[in-house]
Amino acid sequence: MEQDVNIKITDRDGVTHDIVAPTDMAMNLMEVVRSYELAPEGTIGVCGGMAMCASCQCYVVSDTELPEMQDDEEAMLSEAFHVQDNSRLGCQIQITPEMEGLEVILAPES
Amino acid sequence: MIKTDILIIGAGPTGLFTVFEAGLLKLKCHLIDALPQPGGQCSEIYPKKPIYDIPGFPEVLAGDLTKNLLEQCKQFEPGFTLGERAETLEKQEDGSFIVTTNKGTQHHAPVVAIAGGLGSFEPRKPLISNIASFEDKGVEYFIKDPEMYRDKRVVISGGGDSALDWSIFLADVASEVTLIHRRNEFRGALDSVEKVQELKSKGKINLITPAEVINVVGHGKVEGVVVAQSKHIEKEFIVETDHFIPLFGLSPKLGPLGNWGLEIEKNAIKVNNALDYQTNIPGVFAIGDVNTYPGKLKLILCGFHEATLMCQAAYQIINPGKKYVLKYTTVSGIDGFDGTRKEAEKAVVKSIE
Repeated sequence: MEQDVNIKITDRDGVTHDIVAPTDMAMNLMEVVRSYELAPEGTIGVCGGMAMCASCQCYVVSDTELPEMQDDEEAMLSEAFHVQDNSRLGCQIQITPEMEGLEVILAPES
Repeated sequence: MIKTDILIIGAGPTGLFTVFEAGLLKLKCHLIDALPQPGGQCSEIYPKKPIYDIPGFPEVLAGDLTKNLLEQCKQFEPGFTLGERAETLEKQEDGSFIVTTNKGTQHHAPVVAIAGGLGSFEPRKPLISNIASFEDKGVEYFIKDPEMYRDKRVVISGGGDSALDWSIFLADVASEVTLIHRRNEFRGALDSVEKVQELKSKGKINLITPAEVINVVGHGKVEGVVVAQSKHIEKEFIVETDHFIPLFGLSPKLGPLGNWGLEIEKNAIKVNNALDYQTNIPGVFAIGDVNTYPGKLKLILCGFHEATLMCQAAYQIINPGKKYVLKYTTVSGIDGFDGTRKEAEKAVVKSIE
């Protein structure tokens, strides 16, 4: 499908998955992880995607240009644990055609 | 021992609506919740956020939904055990259950309805290697009794509403309040942020930002915390204190429920969705986000439906063989356990001359 993008997601056990994600279903990265069941239910997307829990924190390892971080994402990350310079909240990354080639590692559960 | 008809574990929207549906069947309910207030996630995580898929409510704030559900069920006089986590479930010889909380409160009921959402909310503990050895020796993740901080030195860390609000509150109680956060910016209600600013200017709150507590020091109890200024400066120092209160929010954990012998799949409890949402333990039901079955959707509106069907099955367990016919509230009105009655206004029958 031309509107799908290819992304690589490394789960919390260190296994990398090649994922095909649709760009026309208003999905974000956290929801892609849930739809492929790459993390157990209840350990990711706890707040539903409001940047209020940091359970979908991930490290971005590709140089994909991502949407700029909004205040609430930045505030949440400043309270989260295991935060690194390349940390983002998956729920704040919309799957758009620009995400082609994105590579992320899920942060540990906390 | 608290006795009731249906013991509900979890006081979120599904649990609260169960009280109403059970009340229509003249069954009494008691709810246990680990949080200090009812509402579950709706009041703990997102009270000020709107929900758009509650039937009949084009838009409702999660906090208002909780308020409405409490109002809707109040004539059925639910009991609450709040701030305690259901720890054990013991089946009695007569088929009833005793559920005991982490504080030892015992509840006895013929039917148990688990409406536990994603589990009970546990504090998110900062990654400080020796912090566990100071728990209850000066390190607290919740503030239960503010009086224990009177004339004591307190360090609070965190950047959200609870860190701000407790810093403000304890500024009048403790002898010294230090607020430590990784950034200069805080996320909270505007008036809380402004109040902290004001107290800082008056010298009533010591603010250390951007910084982080990286260690706890003391002999048998907290005597101080090691603070590192933001990583670009690399400066460490000790702040002497009697208490260290990290407030980094809560995260839900299935917890002790996982050891009750229930069939668990994907962190949720398997139920019979063809019939009554009963679990593999007869008399124990699971409703709302905590359960799973083919096609399950974690929606509040699905929890309401599941609660309604579950109550019918509970009625049969509590009143074996007793006849029952579905009543419409519009037709029958509602008779509360508190003696109140709600009913439709009678139509006027009057000739028109």
